[in-house]
Amino acid sequence: MADLRTNFVGIRSPNPFWLASAPPTDKEYNVRRAFEAGWGGVVWKTLGEDPPVVNVSSRYGSLDYNGTRMIGLNNIELISDRPLATNIAEIKSVKRDYPDRAVVVSLMVPCVEESWKAILPIVEETGADGIELNFGCPHGMSERNMGAAVGQVPEYVEMVTRWCKQNTRMPVIVKLTPNITNILMPARAALRGGADAVSLINTVQSVIGVDLDLMAPMPVVDGQGTHGGYCGPAVKPIALRMIGDIARDPELARLPISGIGGIGSWRDAAEFLAMGATTLQVCTAAMHYGFRIVEDMTDGLSAWMDQKGYATIADVTGRAVERFVPWNRLNMKFKTIAKIDQDACIKCGLCHIACEDTSHQAIARSKVDGERHYEVIDEECVGCNLCAHVCPVDECITMQPQPVDGVLTWPEHPSNPARVTVGS
Amino acid sequence: MPQGPDIAPGRLTDVELALNFSDAHPPLTHAQAVVEADRCFYCYDAPCIEACPTGIDIPRFIRAIATDNMAGSARIILESNILGGSCARVCPTEILCEQKCVHNTREEGQPIRIGMLQRHATDWQMDHGGQPFTRAAPTGQRIAIVGAGPAGLACAHRLAMHGHDVVIHDRHALAGGLNEYGVAAYKLADDFAQREVDFLLSIGGITFEGGKVLGRNMTVASLRREYDAVFLAVGLAGVRSLGIEGEDLDGVMNAVDFIEGLRSANRQTVPVGRRVVVIGGGNTAVDAAVQARRLGAEDVTLVYRRGAENMSATPVEREWAQTNGVTVRLWAAPVRLVARDGVLDGIEFARGRIGPDGRPAYDPDDTFVVAADMVLKAVGQTFMPDPLNGESIAISGGRIMVDATGQTTMQGVYAGGDCTPGEDLTVAAVRDGRDAAEAIHAAYMAAGR
Ligand SMILES: Cc1cc2nc3c(=O)[nH]c(=O)nc-3n(C[C@H](O)[C@H](O)[C@H](O)COP(=O)(O)OP(=O)(O)OC[C@H]3O[C@@H](n4cnc5c(N)ncnc54)[C@H](O)[C@@H]3O)c2cc1C
Ligand SMILES: Cc1cc2nc3c(=O)[nH]c(=O)nc-3n(C[C@H](O)[C@H](O)[C@H](O)COP(=O)(O)O)c2cc1C
Ligand code: SF4
Ligand code: SF4
Ligand code: SF4
Repeated sequence: MADLRTNFVGIRSPNPFWLASAPPTDKEYNVRRAFEAGWGGVVWKTLGEDPPVVNVSSRYGSLDYNGTRMIGLNNIELISDRPLATNIAEIKSVKRDYPDRAVVVSLMVPCVEESWKAILPIVEETGADGIELNFGCPHGMSERNMGAAVGQVPEYVEMVTRWCKQNTRMPVIVKLTPNITNILMPARAALRGGADAVSLINTVQSVIGVDLDLMAPMPVVDGQGTHGGYCGPAVKPIALRMIGDIARDPELARLPISGIGGIGSWRDAAEFLAMGATTLQVCTAAMHYGFRIVEDMTDGLSAWMDQKGYATIADVTGRAVERFVPWNRLNMKFKTIAKIDQDACIKCGLCHIACEDTSHQAIARSKVDGERHYEVIDEECVGCNLCAHVCPVDECITMQPQPVDGVLTWPEHPSNPARVTVGS
Repeated sequence: MPQGPDIAPGRLTDVELALNFSDAHPPLTHAQAVVEADRCFYCYDAPCIEACPTGIDIPRFIRAIATDNMAGSARIILESNILGGSCARVCPTEILCEQKCVHNTREEGQPIRIGMLQRHATDWQMDHGGQPFTRAAPTGQRIAIVGAGPAGLACAHRLAMHGHDVVIHDRHALAGGLNEYGVAAYKLADDFAQREVDFLLSIGGITFEGGKVLGRNMTVASLRREYDAVFLAVGLAGVRSLGIEGEDLDGVMNAVDFIEGLRSANRQTVPVGRRVVVIGGGNTAVDAAVQARRLGAEDVTLVYRRGAENMSATPVEREWAQTNGVTVRLWAAPVRLVARDGVLDGIEFARGRIGPDGRPAYDPDDTFVVAADMVLKAVGQTFMPDPLNGESIAISGGRIMVDATGQTTMQGVYAGGDCTPGEDLTVAAVRDGRDAAEAIHAAYMAAGR
């Protein structure tokens, strides 16, 4: 049995699955249910200064696709809308009853040192394991010069992180916003400020859709809409890339990462770990199905690790990072070719039309004994994988790597006008 | 002691009858339709299209349901098949579009329910959108159609779209052909045939003349003189007989007449035997047997002279008969009708099997009798050429001979549907009517008028 226990900057949890700071961690009631269901930890819904914020009614928008609900979710909620004292009392009570679980408190107060100095001891007193600085909220709070408004300015990230490190003994995790061109900038700033770890991603700025009757962006609040923060399965690729960027950066290599963004299954989790995460945070998947989803996440991850011979989470963390390289390091001599398993093919024609209309005209369509027949023209196939992606039958189109004769990268490629010639 | 066989109306209550003759396959809700539509792969060069005699662009109309473009979905269907509503209900999809759906290969027996989706879209159009097509500028051309079944109606609608004026003549008082008088009642419940006729005629430019019989009130030659072109869509007016002793006994009747009777009257007044035997292996036999059961017959046996694999009724229809409590007996050929005191009491069959020469052989000494108060004959309909007597219209293989454009051997006279060669299906009749209309229109355009 794989050992799923994690030690993340000194914060221990029985498994790497934490609930991200969001509605699932808004109250003692939810968090107790989450721990009963098996979650390894929580990042409490972001606390701010009193008086608490006020939320609007009509808060979430969903991106549905071909009958699948919520492949993306966006929200226009703010941070916790309950008094600080209420949250603090509940955090204390939960942590006392679940000492083995990670309880991290997310914070967002105005960008002045006094505000941070004031709140940190109050949080520390709860017995919480650490704090997460919410520099990510892309809506509402940023208009008040908090959240993403801080996260988008590396100097502020560094400054606030330093204030926190100077005023608490608790580990400081900096939660990064993806609404920035280069994620390395705020990550390096966090490190300079003394951050113990980073977590990412927070939500992506978005308009989830337009209500065509009301002619207003969704979710609609009394006839109007505003931009919100986007999360769920659709943002996973954005998160993986940003995590990988940090994990492979030589300066940041030792900065622990809590991976967030679209994690819904053990497989997603394994991918985040492979790209450099040590713990995993989940929000949308829990909001979609409830806390019970953690069961298959732990189960599936453990089974997969056993099968692959990974004994601990640390064995998986970062496994794929050395193979995450800049484009210029890819071997241009590599070639892969699509192959159709004729016995599995159901003759839907999708591979043909995709390649014919939008790729390389490499799938021939014919009739053999009156039956539709689709065949890859090897010489024309550039190995783009499109056909394999559109084919509705699993394993019907497979990409066949061809024998490789050496390595040739773009910087050395004869077609590259700026190529580096050996010896010159 | 009864005077005749035990044949009587009113075996069931009104409530039971209403239930028995309601929609056999209730429509999908919109939510169900969208779930089903989302399953479609939107195949390229989709095999389902090829398997539809009218060539409806199935993936396109299904995608339009998935995107909630209901008007577009219905238009795509009706463009190819103006009787898309009745075809959605009566087509044996298991041997047409759905048989060729690629999902069959991936998940055996789980094709997209194309017929149900087609019904969803066309119902939407009839409920919300009305007639989606408009007529082209009037051409002044007048075209006569004989027969207001699916072939005649489809032809009329397409001609009207092209701006021609159409008169449809039919022997019956109501238009619809076998949709009105033949197809099983529970397939076209709630007076669907007439609602569809109204929908179709609402394009305008079509006059329906009921009670007009070709060969009596008019001839092809007279129509040809009066009109610019003629389309014959008279279906199959004849039925085969068994040619055995006792066929004229009371209680022995043609299945199509029995069905026409129950389609045209209050079902409470339709007489049905207590014990019914249906002879035949096709659609009509199954429909007659099931509807006899649903009228309240106690015992219904369908007897076919060969094996299940030879029946023209599809496996789905055979199963439908069996789940409706019809006993199916195979490999038995009728020998004679049995009477007691001159009253029908049963029918005797000879057992058969495949003989040494590979053809069915029946043993006249190995017989059995099935008791019956009513015997329904469904051993095939035939084309009756009588109304065409004296015309220069060639008949071949028992049907009107037509060329690739649907034209008969008489110039300007076209024919289609069951009275011409090819499968006897509603959807095939619609295709014939539509294509003949296009041919008539093309000839008009070519003539440069
Ligand atoms: C009992 C039964 C059940 C069936 N069930 C199905 C089914 O479930 N699915 C399916 O696809 N197909 C079914 N069919 C077949 C289908 O009904 C026919 O293929 C289709 O109706 C043929 O259309 P048509 O227009 O050629 O002829 P018809 O529908 O037969 O119409 C012919 C019209 O011509 C008129 N007519 C005939 N002679 C004259 C004349 N001399 N003068 C004036 N008018 C005349 C008739 O009154 C009739 O209205 C069934 C057939 C039968 C008999
Ligand atoms: C309704 C909602 C409210 C959120 N509120 C907060 C918050 O208060 N603080 C915070 O750091 N992140 C907040 N988030 C972001 C999540 O913690 C998380 O980073 C994001 O949803 C991506 O993870 P996911 O794809 O698993 O949902 C919120 C997300 C949602 C959907
Ligand atoms: S891999 Fe790309 S180029 Fe090759 S056959 Fe598939 S779609 Fe065409
Ligand atoms: S996409 Fe797959 S199933 Fe469809 S035709 Fe191509 S190989 Fe066959
Ligand atoms: S074959 Fe089936 S899946 Fe493909 S387009 Fe037709 S209905 Fe859709």
